[in-house]
Amino acid sequence: MQVEKFYYDNKIVKWFAYATALWGIVGMTAGLWAAIQLYAPGAALNFAPTTFGRIRPVHTNAIIFAFVGNCIFTGVYYSLQRLCKARMFSDKLSRIHFWGWQGIIVSAAITLLLGFTTGKEYAELEWPIDIAITLVWVVFGINMFGTIIKRRERHLYVAIWFYIATWVTVALLHIVNSIEIPVSFLKSYSWYAGVQDALVQWWYGHNAVAFFLTTPILGLMYYFLPKAANRPVYSYRLSIIHFWALIFIYIWAGPHHLLYTALPDWAQSLGVVFSVMLIAPSWGGMLNGLFTLRGAWDKVREEPVLKFFVVAITCYGMATFEGPMLALKNVNAISHFTDWTIAHVHIGGLGWNGFMAFGMLYWLIPRMWATPLYSKKLATNHFWLGTIGIVIYAVPLYWAGFTQAQMWKTFTEEGQLKFQFLETVTHIIPMYITRSIGGSLYLIGALLMVYNLYKTIAKGSFIADEASEAAPLEKQTSHVRQYWHRWIESRPMTMLVFSLIVVAIGGAIEMIPTFLVKSNVPTIASVKPYTPLELQGRDIYVREGCYTCHSQMVRPFRDEVARYGEYSKAGEFVYDHPFQWGSKRTGPDLARVGGKYPDSWHYNHMMDPRIMSPGSIMPSYSWLLDNKIDTASTPAKIRAMQTLGVPYPKGYDKVANSDLMTQANSIRLSLKMDKMKLPKMQRS
Amino acid sequence: MKFINYLEKITGVSIYPLASFIIFGLFFLVMLIWVIRTDKKKIYDISRIPLD
Repeated sequence: MQVEKFYYDNKIVKWFAYATALWGIVGMTAGLWAAIQLYAPGAALNFAPTTFGRIRPVHTNAIIFAFVGNCIFTGVYYSLQRLCKARMFSDKLSRIHFWGWQGIIVSAAITLLLGFTTGKEYAELEWPIDIAITLVWVVFGINMFGTIIKRRERHLYVAIWFYIATWVTVALLHIVNSIEIPVSFLKSYSWYAGVQDALVQWWYGHNAVAFFLTTPILGLMYYFLPKAANRPVYSYRLSIIHFWALIFIYIWAGPHHLLYTALPDWAQSLGVVFSVMLIAPSWGGMLNGLFTLRGAWDKVREEPVLKFFVVAITCYGMATFEGPMLALKNVNAISHFTDWTIAHVHIGGLGWNGFMAFGMLYWLIPRMWATPLYSKKLATNHFWLGTIGIVIYAVPLYWAGFTQAQMWKTFTEEGQLKFQFLETVTHIIPMYITRSIGGSLYLIGALLMVYNLYKTIAKGSFIADEASEAAPLEKQTSHVRQYWHRWIESRPMTMLVFSLIVVAIGGAIEMIPTFLVKSNVPTIASVKPYTPLELQGRDIYVREGCYTCHSQMVRPFRDEVARYGEYSKAGEFVYDHPFQWGSKRTGPDLARVGGKYPDSWHYNHMMDPRIMSPGSIMPSYSWLLDNKIDTASTPAKIRAMQTLGVPYPKGYDKVANSDLMTQANSIRLSLKMDKMKLPKMQRS
Repeated sequence: MKFINYLEKITGVSIYPLASFIIFGLFFLVMLIWVIRTDKKKIYDISRIPLD
């Protein structure tokens, strides 16, 4: 057979690699800034875009979709071409994908800082950006499948399976979770309400971790680890079991984010069972990675790339052991809403994702520029700074989480709560300070990498089009019996459909009963739709990212009922588009705080939280006191809610603003009676 | 909020976990058999694709 000559496109890999490094630094800096605000609230600069509630979504979105996202694309565009022995399907689509994705990142950063958010974690971006993500994702899909179809290698290596599963599942998750009704150009309400919104959101949220931060990175591991170690993966058989078991089980585990909440028990139990089962495939994958280095540990001593990979895979193992443990209800009762979760996530984020990205970049750049790495010593220093950074980051947060949970749950002998909420926060501030030191070390390490790679690039010469040769695929004419898996494996589109079916089963079985059966959400007669002013106020709550620090979900525990009031029921949230249960209590739960304090208390507290709660770490919202509500948006908001089934009377959108003013005036009056100095009130 | 209430109220709910376990179980079993029975040489060849 005639051998064909072709060229791999390294240019697109280079762009994505640059973007990975750039957004990595931006995302980590945003994270550090948010972390510092937790003990120095002044670092919010008393400026809306830089308060914790807006910086934190910028950090999470930048790390997940910009840093890890670009890292995935770097690795996929490099490895897919080589594994398929073909250039990417279309250079034009590669470029559209690259610039489209960077455009999404920039618009995401701007809109999040300006307060345009859906209020659903890791899915905060508003509807026009959601549509853009879908389109760019489709472009990526066409380019990927086009390349697979024109490949010169018959077998689809396991890394490609992980890429396919990632593509199909992320598409499914993103579309289902982003169904929302637009109210204006950059404002929408989630189609789902309350408990259903929570279930869909955490089905999405958990699987964003699974299919954005895990499966594609595992694909990269199965390619780059054998490359760096120069030996095949320890057990290819195990990698196949790893793949199917992982994608099937992961999709079910979402409800473990909602244990003890108002989510029906059966859905919680399902989430727990599958979460525990996840240990098996996850550890299978981890061991497969580590065993690949058997007999090559001497290389690990010499080679920074392998050092990064070893710690990354170890962190993957730790995080995937800890995850199922945190999904056990008795452990979750302690860990949930505390910094324990943050520590857990960062073992995955800093250790697994970050170190895989660093290792891959250190391996790729010298090869694409045909020169050795500028300084192995600097890379080793980066490795140690990063590793020590992770430890100094995570250990204090584990400590903080456990300590705070114990303090929340401690009662005096007389049966009173022993600690005020604020005491439990001020107690762990030293841990917050230490954590930010760990984060700083990690960031300094990343900056060293940027310098090292820059120097490497400066002394090398870039190979934009890398020549290669391979024979085209022969049409299979043999009648030898093929096993079914071999059959799927040589058909990427069939593989796509199978992956979709496998992941859709889990999602559907979890969600359909909760959606269709009314009895899953018993209605409570006293729960009424939000008044127009409350609706506008709730939108401010969403805009400022209050859910990043406050929950609205009282779990049925003695301490929570004593501290916050009656535990939350599913029926209370039927008008909540989106739900705002939160996932972290840096501040106290707010579900029952309405009417608890006088209006003047809130006024002063917003102006400067430390006036009312000395030692509070909440940012000041003094600029909120002068902000005007855009009452022109009220009718559209009421109509949107009516479309979603909220029972406002017909034509209420026309009179809603007069109700809004009446309620606002009563608050104004009460503030006046408490001798608050108020700016002049006017309707805009 | 008890588990059993929901089970009772959802018509035919028992089919969901049952069906899912059967689907997954069968799929996994067939996959496992395939993985174990596949030719050693073929597995070796595929595992070397990244190194070619």
